[in-house]
Amino acid sequence: MSEHTRSTDADVVSTAYLDDDRVEGEHAASSVRAVLINRPRQELYAFWRDFGNLPLFMENLKAVETLESGRSQWMVVGPAGADFDLVSEITEDIPGERIAWRSDDGSDVDHEGWIEFRDNAFGRGTEVRLFISYDPPAGAVGKLVAKVMQREPRIQARRELRRFKQLMETGEVSTSKAPEAAPRASRHF
Amino acid sequence: MRALTWHGKHNVQVDTVPDPQIVNPRDAIIKITATAICGSDLHLYDSMIPGMSNGDILGHEFMGIVEEVGSGNTTLSVGDRVVVPFVIACGSCFFCERQMPAACDNSNPADKADASEIAYGYSMPGAFGYSHLTGGYAGGQAEYARVPYSDYGPIKVPDGIDDERVLFLSDIFPTGWMAAENCQIQFGDTVAVWGCGPVGLFAIKSAILMGAGRVIAIDHHPNRLALAKANGAEVLNYHEVKVREALMEMTAGIGPDSCIDAVGMEAHGFSPDNIIDAVKQETKILGTDRPHVLRETIMAVRKGGTVSVPGVYGGFADKWPIGAFMEKGLTLKTGQTHVQRYLPQLLELILEGKIDTTDLISHRLPLEQAPEGYKNFKDNQNDWTKVVLHPH
Repeated sequence: MSEHTRSTDADVVSTAYLDDDRVEGEHAASSVRAVLINRPRQELYAFWRDFGNLPLFMENLKAVETLESGRSQWMVVGPAGADFDLVSEITEDIPGERIAWRSDDGSDVDHEGWIEFRDNAFGRGTEVRLFISYDPPAGAVGKLVAKVMQREPRIQARRELRRFKQLMETGEVSTSKAPEAAPRASRHF
Repeated sequence: MRALTWHGKHNVQVDTVPDPQIVNPRDAIIKITATAICGSDLHLYDSMIPGMSNGDILGHEFMGIVEEVGSGNTTLSVGDRVVVPFVIACGSCFFCERQMPAACDNSNPADKADASEIAYGYSMPGAFGYSHLTGGYAGGQAEYARVPYSDYGPIKVPDGIDDERVLFLSDIFPTGWMAAENCQIQFGDTVAVWGCGPVGLFAIKSAILMGAGRVIAIDHHPNRLALAKANGAEVLNYHEVKVREALMEMTAGIGPDSCIDAVGMEAHGFSPDNIIDAVKQETKILGTDRPHVLRETIMAVRKGGTVSVPGVYGGFADKWPIGAFMEKGLTLKTGQTHVQRYLPQLLELILEGKIDTTDLISHRLPLEQAPEGYKNFKDNQNDWTKVVLHPH
């Protein structure tokens, strides 16, 4: 009879994505958020991969201009009216599965993000996980940005994924606002 | 247009406000022909529900004529006559696909959904005229309303049938129906219903249609008890009898097979637990709801029975009788009503004349007199059993 083997910590590691290290990481502010979307994985990937679509459901993006070789220029609504631009480059692109991006060195704010798409094992649609982070610049402006942005990635990841889900599942972004104040998305399919 | 707006506790008024407009492709604008004041509107009137803003348009029970449709709406046409469910639902998320529109993931706008996600762990669906917790959507006690996802929710009704016969498909008829359905009534069951307001009355009507052997109605307003009795219920006035003892005696010690709490968070009565709860509620510390009826249903229902809760609760309850709940092996069924799920079958019951949906209406008022309607519905519950408003 063999001796009963004891489980190690590695055997019982949590399956959740969200451990504290991963959320906080080396960034000043960051967050991971997951959502289940009742649409095919390829469709979700393709919509997100066209960064020009991002302003349809990201409220803090005024516009995105696609540049060459996986780069794009993002016009971001900053805190207290301090809008800024950043140039984002795609650092990883696995079709249908994962897109990662980060701002280039010349950007005012160091921004990094990734999104992953996985089929739900039980046919409930696509599991989507979004990571976003910011590291503010040095100096006084940086302090203001840092303060305002401390909570920002959590709220932003939560709301952006909700709007992305709404847009993909219903064709529109839910709103109770009047037309002039409503989000910009219109029917995409 | 003119609309009934909220301005704080016991302060509603009819104001001139901007007309609603189409915002999204699946929207419609409805010209409202009939709208009602709901018992749950009184929770807003009493300022018991958080997330209200000055000037919010109230009202979630309404119907009318389609005035305008959005570019993506392929099911409604201008001129259609529709009843609008109080729950706003997208029709395409995990929950809507499983016939649970009151759990819709998408209808509460992303920024508004934060509050209920923090309060309840998951966000609530959108609803008309019911605080910013449910999306801050303008309500239907108005001349016109914008209806989001209008290709999924509203049900068309034929011309030639009175508004008043179909208006309550918007909320209280399906709400009473779901409350009874949640009891899984078997032939010969005894169902006890706390609260003979509109939802309680529809629960009574529904339980009888579902084959309940006996329905026992509990209230203290003679006029409301009389309505329950006219609908086939036996009645108990809790000012005259001890409810649980009366139910034990009436059922020869077995107890009701199921109990329906159609009262919710603002129970009346002078039992010691309720007085303590009222103090806590007033101070907004230690507890926010007065769950007297919920406690009583759990104590009164038979072993292995079901407690069904259509009454609205919003926060926390104290002294929850968890021991009785577990040791008796009870089932608790709750939830905002999955209105869309029930509409075709309930419209059919109305058209076939199998249910009277109008006997509870006590007052019909023009929209301009809505504040008077609120005041009386609140202060004179015996005589004011249901108020229907006519905006046009």
